[in-house]
Amino acid sequence: MATTSIFPGESPDIQTRLALADDALILGHRTSEWTGHAPLLEEELALANIALDLIGQARALYQAAGELTGHSEDELAFLRDPAAFRNALIVELPNGDFAFTIARLFFVSVASDRRWRAGFDDPALSAVAEKAMKETAYHIRHAAEWLIRLGDGTGESHRRAQEAVDALWPYTGEITDNRAAWLQAVAPVLIRATLQQPKDSWMQSGGRDGRHTEHLGHLLAEMQILPRTFPGARW
Amino acid sequence: MYSQALNNAPAEPAADDPRFQARIDAEDRIEPNDAMPEAYRRTLIRQISQHAHSEIVGMLPEGNWITRAPSLRRKAALLAKVQDEGGHGLYLYAAAETLGVSREELVDQLLSGRAKYSSIFNYPTLSWADIGTIGWLVDGAAIMNQIPLCRCSYGPYARAMIRVCKEESFHQRQGYEIMLTLCRGTEEQKAMAQDALNRWWWPCLMMFGPPDTLSPHSDTSMRWKIKRFTNDSLRQKFVDATVPQGLHLGLTFPDPALRLDETTGHWAFGEIDWDEFRRVLSGDGPCNRERLAARRKAHADGAWVREAAQAWAAKQAAGREAA
Repeated sequence: MATTSIFPGESPDIQTRLALADDALILGHRTSEWTGHAPLLEEELALANIALDLIGQARALYQAAGELTGHSEDELAFLRDPAAFRNALIVELPNGDFAFTIARLFFVSVASDRRWRAGFDDPALSAVAEKAMKETAYHIRHAAEWLIRLGDGTGESHRRAQEAVDALWPYTGEITDNRAAWLQAVAPVLIRATLQQPKDSWMQSGGRDGRHTEHLGHLLAEMQILPRTFPGARW
Repeated sequence: MYSQALNNAPAEPAADDPRFQARIDAEDRIEPNDAMPEAYRRTLIRQISQHAHSEIVGMLPEGNWITRAPSLRRKAALLAKVQDEGGHGLYLYAAAETLGVSREELVDQLLSGRAKYSSIFNYPTLSWADIGTIGWLVDGAAIMNQIPLCRCSYGPYARAMIRVCKEESFHQRQGYEIMLTLCRGTEEQKAMAQDALNRWWWPCLMMFGPPDTLSPHSDTSMRWKIKRFTNDSLRQKFVDATVPQGLHLGLTFPDPALRLDETTGHWAFGEIDWDEFRRVLSGDGPCNRERLAARRKAHADGAWVREAAQAWAAKQAAGREAA
């Protein structure tokens, strides 16, 4: 039987656009999993907002990638195999508890913010960055405010926040190419949250080359089920 | 607390106080600080909180398809819709709080199983077509019920409903558009749409509540203009509006008795299974236990987060006092 999978080209321009799009989609997808299950109603609405921002960014970025590959946003999201995804590993990790979700959102958003602000030679990406920058600034503020409350809240919330930071740290090497600048933005929040900044040592990597964790396959199996089951159908 | 600040209202009138009834009859809006009979207050708390609970529990069956929505556009639209429902819940809890009850108490009533919510959310969402059907039928039925509530005698509820209804009618159109896309799609998609209609049609008719002959709260609610139309009249209005839409989709309704009565201009329909309605409402529906378990789990799992936020706020307040 013919596969429904597509294989977009390997040019660096395509890969850059896909990496940005995949980061946004997969983190948006994970964040959307909280819907109906968040710790309080106000946070339910906030997490849905953030997920919507990220999915919106992903759509704009896939459309930009589509200009180079000839594929639609849905083909790129729903018809690529795990190995063709270029997202960083950190965004595909399961949500864990609220501390893990928030710490990850903070770390990734700080990295995204720096990338949007650094600017792009590619005009298609500059256009996306201009809008995404404002959204990401809000994501950072939201995640940082929570991280501070969790870190400096109760004994249990402090323990959970520290465990989340420790568990996520080895995945933060892949999200930025200017580690010093990233650390400079992250460190003051960790201090305010009374959390220990882990020492940098070995870092996980592979997402940008399509070598993922075990989790991405499950995520995509769920996300892609309808377009894969009914090839060619319009929804 | 806000709800306590409102408690210095004037002495409470009796349930049949003619001056209160005169205000109602004059289409005056009752506001939080106005005198109102205790039974009026209790009826509204019950109705508004059941409505809020329905919005919150209603996030679960649709949330079930957010991670499997078949396109990015559909994924974003569904997520935004479920978020709207959470927003309605928040809005309605706030309206209930103006009557002197706290959100915590109301949530506790839901989680302990003492409060009811719409029976429709105890049915499972089994395919993508269920998302279209819920938008088209469930939100369609909700609109029928809720448009008259925009003129409810209690001001905060009436005002909340104006916004809720605007969003619900957007959801309804969105749901119908999903159905239209499926019905114009492949054979498999059309079968999916038909199956969803078969499963949801009767439970949607039950959403309007028991027949007028058996509706326990109707009389007083009508007199107080909390409610403006009877269950049966709203149900008929819904059937009349919906059947032509279904026929336009090329779908058939799972009711052999459904036919247009040429003399009245109304669609006549078959007998509703009220045993099923009572059973689902009292806890024995396909998903009652799961829905409540999911809400309880989210609440319990979130306890440490809410405690952390409170502990942090207390530390900040203590710090400010010390400074």
